[in-house]
Amino acid sequence: MIASLAIGAVGLAALSGLPGLLLRRRPALGQALSAAALCAAAALGGAAAASVLAGGGAVSVRWPWHEPYGSLALRLDSLGAFFLVPVLGVPALGSVYGLSYWPQAKHGYRAVRLQLFLGLAAAAMGLVVLADNALLFLVGWEGMAVCAFILVRSEDDRPEPLRAAWIYLASAHVGTFALFAFFSLLGSARGSFDFSAWRGMPAAGGGLLFALALVGFGIKAGLFPFHFWLPGAHAAAPSHVSAVMSGVVLKTGIYGLLRATGFFEAPPASWGAALLVAGAASGVLGVGFALTQHDLKRLLAYHSVENIGIIAMGVGIALVGRARSDATLVVLGFAGGVLHVVNHALFKSLLFFGAGSVAHATGTRDLERLGGLARAMPRTALLFLAGAAAISGLPPLNGFVSEWLVALGSLGGMGLARGDRAAFVVLGAPVLAFIGGLAAACFAKVHGAVFLGHPRSPAAQGAHESPAAMIGPMALLALACAAIGVFPALLVPALARAAAEWSGLPAGEALAAGAAAAASARGVTLVALTLLAVVVALAALRRPRARATAPVDTWGCGYAAPTARMEYTGSSFAQILVEGFRRVLLSRVELEAPHGLFPRSAHFATEVPELVLDRAILPAVRGGEVAAGRVRGLFSGHIHFYAFLVFVALVALLAWRFLWW
Amino acid sequence: MLLRSLVQVGLLLAFPPLLLGVVNRVKATIAGRRGPPLFQTYYDLAKLLRKGAVYSRTTTWVFRAGPAVGLAAVFTAGLLLPSAGGRAAVSFAGDFVLFAYLLALGRFFTALAALDTGSSFEGMGAAREVSFASVAEPALFLCFVVLARATGTLSLSGMLGPGLGAAWRDAAPALLLSAISFFVVTLAENARIPVDDPNTHLELTMIHEVMVLDHSGPDLALILYGASLKLFLFGALLVRLLEGGFWLPAGPVAALTFVLGLLGFAALVGLVESAMARLRLTRVPQMLVGASVLSVFALVLLLR
Amino acid sequence: MASWTDMTFVLVVVIDLVLLASSRLGASIRVVALQGALLSLLALLLASPSHELGHVILVAGGALAIKAIFIPWLMFRAMREAAIRREVEPLIGYVPSLLLGGAGVALAFAFSRGLPLPTPEMHSFLVPTALATVWTGLLLVVSRKKAVSQVLGFLVLENGVFVFGLLLTGVMPVMVEAGVLLDLLAAVFVMGIVMFHINREFSSLDTDVLASLKD
Repeated sequence: MIASLAIGAVGLAALSGLPGLLLRRRPALGQALSAAALCAAAALGGAAAASVLAGGGAVSVRWPWHEPYGSLALRLDSLGAFFLVPVLGVPALGSVYGLSYWPQAKHGYRAVRLQLFLGLAAAAMGLVVLADNALLFLVGWEGMAVCAFILVRSEDDRPEPLRAAWIYLASAHVGTFALFAFFSLLGSARGSFDFSAWRGMPAAGGGLLFALALVGFGIKAGLFPFHFWLPGAHAAAPSHVSAVMSGVVLKTGIYGLLRATGFFEAPPASWGAALLVAGAASGVLGVGFALTQHDLKRLLAYHSVENIGIIAMGVGIALVGRARSDATLVVLGFAGGVLHVVNHALFKSLLFFGAGSVAHATGTRDLERLGGLARAMPRTALLFLAGAAAISGLPPLNGFVSEWLVALGSLGGMGLARGDRAAFVVLGAPVLAFIGGLAAACFAKVHGAVFLGHPRSPAAQGAHESPAAMIGPMALLALACAAIGVFPALLVPALARAAAEWSGLPAGEALAAGAAAAASARGVTLVALTLLAVVVALAALRRPRARATAPVDTWGCGYAAPTARMEYTGSSFAQILVEGFRRVLLSRVELEAPHGLFPRSAHFATEVPELVLDRAILPAVRGGEVAAGRVRGLFSGHIHFYAFLVFVALVALLAWRFLWW
Repeated sequence: MLLRSLVQVGLLLAFPPLLLGVVNRVKATIAGRRGPPLFQTYYDLAKLLRKGAVYSRTTTWVFRAGPAVGLAAVFTAGLLLPSAGGRAAVSFAGDFVLFAYLLALGRFFTALAALDTGSSFEGMGAAREVSFASVAEPALFLCFVVLARATGTLSLSGMLGPGLGAAWRDAAPALLLSAISFFVVTLAENARIPVDDPNTHLELTMIHEVMVLDHSGPDLALILYGASLKLFLFGALLVRLLEGGFWLPAGPVAALTFVLGLLGFAALVGLVESAMARLRLTRVPQMLVGASVLSVFALVLLLR
Repeated sequence: MASWTDMTFVLVVVIDLVLLASSRLGASIRVVALQGALLSLLALLLASPSHELGHVILVAGGALAIKAIFIPWLMFRAMREAAIRREVEPLIGYVPSLLLGGAGVALAFAFSRGLPLPTPEMHSFLVPTALATVWTGLLLVVSRKKAVSQVLGFLVLENGVFVFGLLLTGVMPVMVEAGVLLDLLAAVFVMGIVMFHINREFSSLDTDVLASLKD
């Protein structure tokens, strides 16, 4: 029953784009039906996931398939259930958002195409999460990549999305290549490509396998240094597509990493350490780059890199725990990582929807041209603030809970034996605090530059509030963030059970660790409720006392004609931190210095290119092109040369056969 | 029993402004002046609560909510701190993480309230505050981690409770290093010299003072009280850490030593403020990184 | 059980970290003098009845006289001659220096257990402290721009080697120990004279300026 719910959800999602395609004459109705179909798919999937998580146990289904090595084996266990909810939920909310943001009436066939492939992408991701066979997994994986490619280049009348989409597709395929290698090696070791046959693989000599999995899934997840496709793709896509990509597509990479490491019996601590270090680097550098951005969506994309780093840190801690058979590390690291997957999907979608509303209302994404939007768009501003507080990890919202769990996991390293080098996972907690502090700084900058203060351009002055179809999904997401933040203890037992299933720990130990974490989580609830009560009390106490006089202009130290340009901008706000990071950012500076006593003109601009893409990969590719060009020059067109090459190859083969074999 | 805890809570809430008074008095005495009365902060709070408020046209509800949320966050963080000789009102494993993040919540809303005014002064103060805080947070965390490792527990009540005496006997150098590091973080988080000058509103020296430049009336009272409460929390942590070697059971003796310790802490802050000049802004992250490195060293001593 | 020896070792390492962050030359020289005094104290604290008393007192006294009194006096004289007060921004910045120094200390303390030693270890902090001090000294020599700071780095390096030498107090003859100290003295003396002459010729002890000499 549960299995058919899940399969039905995936199937419904796949077909959800059809109403828009078929009802071209009634675009509003077609789009609304598509959105409704996706929401129904999300509801079905959510029901299936909830029943598995509530203790129903894993369900699996298997059909014969005439593909060699393939079998239609589907399985929904607790790990998959945690991923299935955002995989179907975020596209559903995105399609509701798209009703007002990208209406079919305005964008015509582009909107139809978007709706069609959004549904297909959701279905492909659902297939990835449900698959129990490597080939089926790869089918879903490829489908997701291609659908995402088409979604990113939705606005194909501009050059930016086309370029970003190509870079995305190329990197995704490099990752898929690594995955093909990974699955082939595993399959040839066990003789079958079913995931069920791969349990209990010995980890000895598996270093190459782990490296392949890390590259393949890391590229999709956006771990540093494989994140280079992320900022361009997420900024260029329409906002609800960016929400889906940031919120869910990245997470399939994490899902893959969890599944891949779940196959091995006793992974060595070095795997966990590698993931922990990669996660820490992604976290710090992601938020470092985010501080420099003034394009709102690019900034949010870099924050996705940061949050994937936090998730990777959690998974790394869980792996170290498996190496040391420490239930606390495993349960807390896993719970923190997986809960952050869900939380990030929630608040990142919220933030991208907010960014979309801002772009929709003002026509620009540039932080230097926005400002003061909270007066015209109060509801959007409030919901965006909730998202900003959540992503900074502030209590009483959900970002705090998952970061708290990961921090507790890293502190669990103190329980290891004295002199055990793995105890250095303890340093993960201060790194997490650093990342959190930087994220809070960045989002103070973003919220301040976009919604507070004075409008910095006529575009910002002419803003209007978003329609209900755009506010509604945001409100729902904010509510979910608050609910998870105030009542985390509800989810901890399910997370502990999933951790036990994934790691193969004895169930008793895992549940005990989970119960301890749940008890602490109840403390968090108590404090969160107290905080809310105190805020309300103070606000009530303050209200009668704060008798305001007539409003005045902000004191600007006596300037005769203050303008909005005198306000602190986003770049100025981040200046101190960007200076601190300058050796890593390698920003480009354009300077035309003023000369003489009465300079004619002067010009100064800084730009921070995407480090890995613009400073490493593109120059390497260009170098490769140059080298290939030189080789091509050899082929001058003379037939004698080609015949000579054939002759040389023949001689070489014969020599090899007779001399070395 | 309930009455006793209410009295205790009430006394704890009424005490913090006295700390500010002691700091200012010590600074004045060293400078050779008479200085303001010890209870000046209480008079200031009463005066501000009676006044009306002036709001700028540019501000929204965020500006009005900032002080309330800031104070609420600091107050809730205080619930996690064990008071003299007892357990905290709320304690659980990992509550020190919540403590640090609650302070971050207060700081976030204060910074947003500052940006809400659209003034470049306040924007600058907010920028400096959040930038330095992001370097101070890991230092604070590391101090807590050293304490957690030394005492073997993960809750503040356990870290500053009976186990601390044994920890001091076993690992005194590490705890001493982390106490020094914690004092540096205290100076940074509470906007004291050498990080910020709480007396001036000049552009050169402002971090915290300028963030609250536009608040007036009851809002300013909430902010002033919140600042004194935050100083009190950090002082209480430091005093408990240092006196932990001499564990006393809950009672009037423990309460008295706690109060004396807090007054000594305030005097020490006043002394440091009088003796040092404010650091150049680029040196503040260096100082905080130095404090973090000291704590990392203490942690390595404990982990090996 | 925490003891005075523990505290002294920890203080030596803390002095290393302070040196990495400090930009005031006068304070740095005083702090290095303090480190020298602490090392002579260590020589006394680590002495066990199996060592000759005379040898121990000679080593401690020699370290105190040379490292804590005479060499700092020479350095102050060099500073006065060259009229410099502060270090300029070093090649790798104060924060990266601190982070590298901290990383070196952490790694030294984490991994020193596995090192094979010729004599039984006297105190578990000895080898890591020596390694950390040597690391700090090298970092200072490599990254600082003023010649006086580089000489300070060399001094710190020698302090680290001295701590290693404490391991062998019972084994090494007095002559070798004295030879090492004399070596240090001679090196600093020569460096002082050279700095004086460089400053007189080129009016600068900034190694960036001196780099232009290569043509």
